[in-house]
Amino acid sequence: MTYTFGLDTFGDRNSDAGGTPLSHAQTIRNVVEEGVRAEQAGVDFFGIGEHHTEYFPMPAGDVVLAAIAARTERIRLGSAVTVLSSDDPVRVFQRYSTLNAISGGRAEVILGRGSSIESFPLFGYDLADYEELFEEKATLFAELLKGGPVSWEGKTRASLLNQDVVPHTESGPFPAWIGVGGNPQSVIRAARLGFSLALAIIGGPPARFAAYSQLFQRALEKLGRPPLPVLVHSPGHVAATDDQAKGEFWPRWRDIVTLMAAERGFMIPTEESFDRETGPQGALYVGSPETVARKIATNLRALDATRFDLKYGMPGLTHEQLMTNIELYGHQVIPRVRELLS
Amino acid sequence: MKELSRLAVLGAGHVGPVIARLAIKAGYPLAIATSGDPEDIALITELVIPGARPQWARDAVADADIVILAIPLHRFLDVDPALLSGKLVVDAMNYWPATDGVLKTFEDSGSSEIVSRRLTGSTVVKALNHIGYHELEDRARLAGAPDRRAAGVAGNDAAAVATIAGLVDRLGYDPVRLESLRAGRGLQPGGPVFGAVLTLPEFERAVREDARSLA
Repeated sequence: MTYTFGLDTFGDRNSDAGGTPLSHAQTIRNVVEEGVRAEQAGVDFFGIGEHHTEYFPMPAGDVVLAAIAARTERIRLGSAVTVLSSDDPVRVFQRYSTLNAISGGRAEVILGRGSSIESFPLFGYDLADYEELFEEKATLFAELLKGGPVSWEGKTRASLLNQDVVPHTESGPFPAWIGVGGNPQSVIRAARLGFSLALAIIGGPPARFAAYSQLFQRALEKLGRPPLPVLVHSPGHVAATDDQAKGEFWPRWRDIVTLMAAERGFMIPTEESFDRETGPQGALYVGSPETVARKIATNLRALDATRFDLKYGMPGLTHEQLMTNIELYGHQVIPRVRELLS
Repeated sequence: MKELSRLAVLGAGHVGPVIARLAIKAGYPLAIATSGDPEDIALITELVIPGARPQWARDAVADADIVILAIPLHRFLDVDPALLSGKLVVDAMNYWPATDGVLKTFEDSGSSEIVSRRLTGSTVVKALNHIGYHELEDRARLAGAPDRRAAGVAGNDAAAVATIAGLVDRLGYDPVRLESLRAGRGLQPGGPVFGAVLTLPEFERAVREDARSLA
């Protein structure tokens, strides 16, 4: 079994060592350096998730990925996720096939919703139409990926008749995944449209998603399709020791979830809930390289998945803390997980 | 022993399967339905909700003593109230504009009060809506467990509230009865217990303090 390992960021706004937030522009330049460092540390994939907020100023991840592509040679680069429902699938395809050209065939895309909804009002979409938007646009995106002239009809964008969409890829479709957060019908859709499955596990016991992984492969089987890979995306933070990792991450996680709680009207997380999530039954990978590696190995096995993407960072952490996280992940966590799984 | 109620869960998205699994584990006979063909959820049922029967919504409801609504709230507006007439209905839905967008119909009052007004022939109880689907299954415990948590049950019909309190208890939570759907607003997004998994004393304190702050 070949396993691959990625790092994802939402462009979490950095602070300096004194706690003062850096500018959006500096945060974005830092993400470029982080992507380059990820390749140097031996990470297989670097992903950028679309967000549109003060704390996650990352609406145009593909542009940032292009900058990283120009300075790297091996690491795969992709979205994590692209909010397809509020975007145009033709433009998404064009941007990522351009990235694929720049990077010499290293582009990927994960399509989904993520947990943020800012893009809907920003681009004039109604969240109540979410299902129809995603279904139609994912269907069109699957057609675009195949290459060749596309004919498509729907309600959510202009129809296409034998339309050639450029740039063409050099060697067939680039990898494309659908991100799923817990709706089994989305798992079925990914299989039906021929996308790989990205399980976004951000709370609760990861092992409960094992049924989703089985559901995906069984659905492919019923459709007469070959198996496709499953990836797990979860948040975390790696530092030299468990205490240091938790000490750095907890106040930043608490602050951002508290902010979201106020905006969205749910209870503020307690330190007890943080301890549950960072423990063996939780969804956060926060700790020393050994702690994080063991948890990744356990869950990849439980979920029958072959890729793990750690969503690193959190608004308020420093660029230096993130660079340390990246190096520990690449040099220590990944080799250790491979060893544990061999 | 008295036979357990027959349940119908409407919705096979994030929440429906989680509630269904808890109920099956507790021994309830259970059917699950979406707005479409049961064949479409046969594989989901087999692998994700083993023990549940996928059915057409009208058949699932006809056979059920209790119907649990676990569909997106905007889809509820498409449900024909006649389908649920005469039934005890658990409203596990939420009006949560910050994550699902604004729905004009639900802007003015408690969401379950509006659901209840639309379902003129049904008895509506608000429950199973305020603990996140990520946690609902993991935190469930048998009665008497030291780390058991509480869950609110709100409704205008005391007998119906008692029935659903019994269901919530069997699913794994200490039921806290609230005497009206109006009082059930405390279980909604923005309310004092939404998104929290609290012990019984913590839950009662949070609701009490909230009532005081509103008085």
